[in-house]
Amino acid sequence: MQSKMRNLILAVLTVSMLLSLAACGEKNQQDGDQEVNTPQTTRADTNEINVGIPQDLEDSLDPHVTTAAGTREVLFNVFEGLMKADPEGNIIPAVAEKCDVSDDAKVYTFTLREGVTFHNGQTVTVDDVVYSISRCAGMLDDGIYTAASTLKGIVSVEAPDDRTVVITLSEGNTEFLASLVTTYAAIIPADYTEQATQPVGTGPFKFASRSPQENFVIERFDSYWGTPAKLDKVTYLVTAMDTAVMSMKSGVIDVFAHLTADMAKSVEDQFTIEKDTAKLVQALYLNNAVEPFNDVRVRQALCYAVDVDQIIDLVVDGNGVRVGSSMFPAFGKYFDESLSTYYTHDVEKAQELLTEAGYPDGFSMTITVPSNYPQHVQTGEVIAEQLKAVGIMAQIEQVDWNQTWLTEVYANRNFQSTVVGFDTSTLTARGMLERWTSDHGKNMINFNSAEYDELFRQAIACTDDGEQTALYKQMERILTEEAANVYIQDIYNMVAVNPGLEGLTFYPMYVLDVATISWKEA
Amino acid sequence: MKRRNWTLRIGGCVAAVMVALILLGTVWTPYDPNALAGAEKSMAPCLAHLFGTDNFGRDLFSRVLEGGRTSLLIAFCTVAIGGVCGTVIGSLTGYFGGLVDEVLMRFNDSVSAFPNILLALVCVSIFGTGKYKIILVLGVLFIPSFARIVRGEFARERSRDYVENARIMGAGPFRVMFAHILPNVKTVLLSSVAIGFNNAVLAEAGMSFLSMGVQPPDASLGRMLAEAQGSLFTMPWYALSTGCFMVLLILGFSLLGQGLQEQEREL
Repeated sequence: MQSKMRNLILAVLTVSMLLSLAACGEKNQQDGDQEVNTPQTTRADTNEINVGIPQDLEDSLDPHVTTAAGTREVLFNVFEGLMKADPEGNIIPAVAEKCDVSDDAKVYTFTLREGVTFHNGQTVTVDDVVYSISRCAGMLDDGIYTAASTLKGIVSVEAPDDRTVVITLSEGNTEFLASLVTTYAAIIPADYTEQATQPVGTGPFKFASRSPQENFVIERFDSYWGTPAKLDKVTYLVTAMDTAVMSMKSGVIDVFAHLTADMAKSVEDQFTIEKDTAKLVQALYLNNAVEPFNDVRVRQALCYAVDVDQIIDLVVDGNGVRVGSSMFPAFGKYFDESLSTYYTHDVEKAQELLTEAGYPDGFSMTITVPSNYPQHVQTGEVIAEQLKAVGIMAQIEQVDWNQTWLTEVYANRNFQSTVVGFDTSTLTARGMLERWTSDHGKNMINFNSAEYDELFRQAIACTDDGEQTALYKQMERILTEEAANVYIQDIYNMVAVNPGLEGLTFYPMYVLDVATISWKEA
Repeated sequence: MKRRNWTLRIGGCVAAVMVALILLGTVWTPYDPNALAGAEKSMAPCLAHLFGTDNFGRDLFSRVLEGGRTSLLIAFCTVAIGGVCGTVIGSLTGYFGGLVDEVLMRFNDSVSAFPNILLALVCVSIFGTGKYKIILVLGVLFIPSFARIVRGEFARERSRDYVENARIMGAGPFRVMFAHILPNVKTVLLSSVAIGFNNAVLAEAGMSFLSMGVQPPDASLGRMLAEAQGSLFTMPWYALSTGCFMVLLILGFSLLGQGLQEQEREL
């Protein structure tokens, strides 16, 4: 009798242990819910929404410093540059009212908009603009290294009067305005030192609070110069991808971007799923400096061995587009469709190339993947399986995004291969292509091609748009021919939106604009 | 009349069936557990795929067997390391007592003060992940629990008459320890092996669930559960088949361990 009872208890305990594993994540969300919600009122009543983000904003809140795409996606709503992008990808004035460009594209004269104020109440002056541009261009000796290297060609930033700012470049650059739309070139108050923790900008939303690993709260900025945001408050909830579906189903989250195909399917009965390409290039990025990837034949063999169509089918359920080079289809002008099918799945050809390169029986390699991005993890898994066909044994190493990937892989280049997506915040091909020039600080893959570097020099010096586009396309072709990386796809960005909301707008950049979102009239 | 030990029998049967299934999986699985099949993705359980397929079209029955094998391998090796080292340490300290006993047992206490899984996660984040590192880490972490049990038994047994007799007959301490005492603590040891086995399966699954354990392409039940979580609503069979397999594996060994304890009490 006694032993039967004990068996029963034992069985219950075993099951509950398993369940508790699955339930840990859920509990956190409930805690978060109580914090942002009073029980009786809905978020529609208080005119606020909760947006789920898969990772915390950990690197820095300083727009000139932060590099993580996920952070910039959020900060886009807090900061603005002199210019900004509209949903079609056109560059329109923001903090500046207008801009005159000299004929040789060397001198840019900006007239400041009147009545633009910072979130701290101060009016934006030419001093702030001069400070901001000098700072993000790395001209101040304060150790700020901005990721937007397109700003590096600036010779001087001057303010001849209190409404005009003149930026002079070392050489003509027709794309300069495009590099000003990013958060990298955000206008911030001069000599404000708390930017990394208490960001102050000019955007439609102002920073309210942040609780690490929990949430990031922004509120509508009432003195915004342009169309005011429709929502009063937006709370970004840090929600691990594996618990996101539960949080969405329980109604804690109203908007969640970058859904996997599985997640989209799980929530499509409760949410509207909006789709657009994510404007990023997902690839198996190869460290071109380490064995065996320093041999172009090995890299090409990988390109032949990997079946991109199967990845698109299995990992994203068909919600992806082949890319073929470091350019995504949304950049229609620069995208070269023919490159996307340059390598077709061909195991025999891969085998031949490997034999030529001295690896007839394949080799072992490690694919490092950030564990918080299931799409990248799963892509790695599929690639590992596909590579077996040519004898390559790929071991997958899941790492933490902040602790390991950003430092070890991205900064220290201590990796063999990794699956991630690269985006650009500038609206030109330069943002995607410059990082692979041989001496670039963020050339994580150690790509080294003199021809590529030379083409890039020509492209940025070029003032003729058509010619420049052709040069960029040549660079893309080199990346493909040299098999710099195993290019995979641009994944559709699937956003789950609470059906009670409207106004979600997509941009040709990796951002989520919450200023246009509003609750539908009841 | 001797009461029939049903716990032992049922536990033994379940454990035997699960182990047999897993062993079968090492030589034969219905499909290649890692083979991708786009045409057959996300299929519900049917005759061709007993447990259904996942979003890559991989056969879940084959994957569960393969994951079970990983769990089994890790659990056995962990218990082997922990059990052998723990028994040696426990028997020495239990039999001889004295200062060494005090020092080792206090060290033991301090290690046991931390939850095993926490220590394991710390070790893994320092030394890196992978099947063999996990075996090593878990194995070492399992030593204290075995050492404690064996020490207690040895300390109790050493003053028994048969031990005195053996000693008077001139048996050396090691002969007394391993030829005379050890067989008498056998059942206690076996039941703690069964419990340790379960703990090891759960520890490995927990770590893999948190993506700090076994790395793909090695299948693991814990990682499969983590993957299944994302599609709990669209593919419930994924989590269910994996979860049930793990429950049965653990239940079998739990009952076995308990049955052994009961057996000992009746003797």
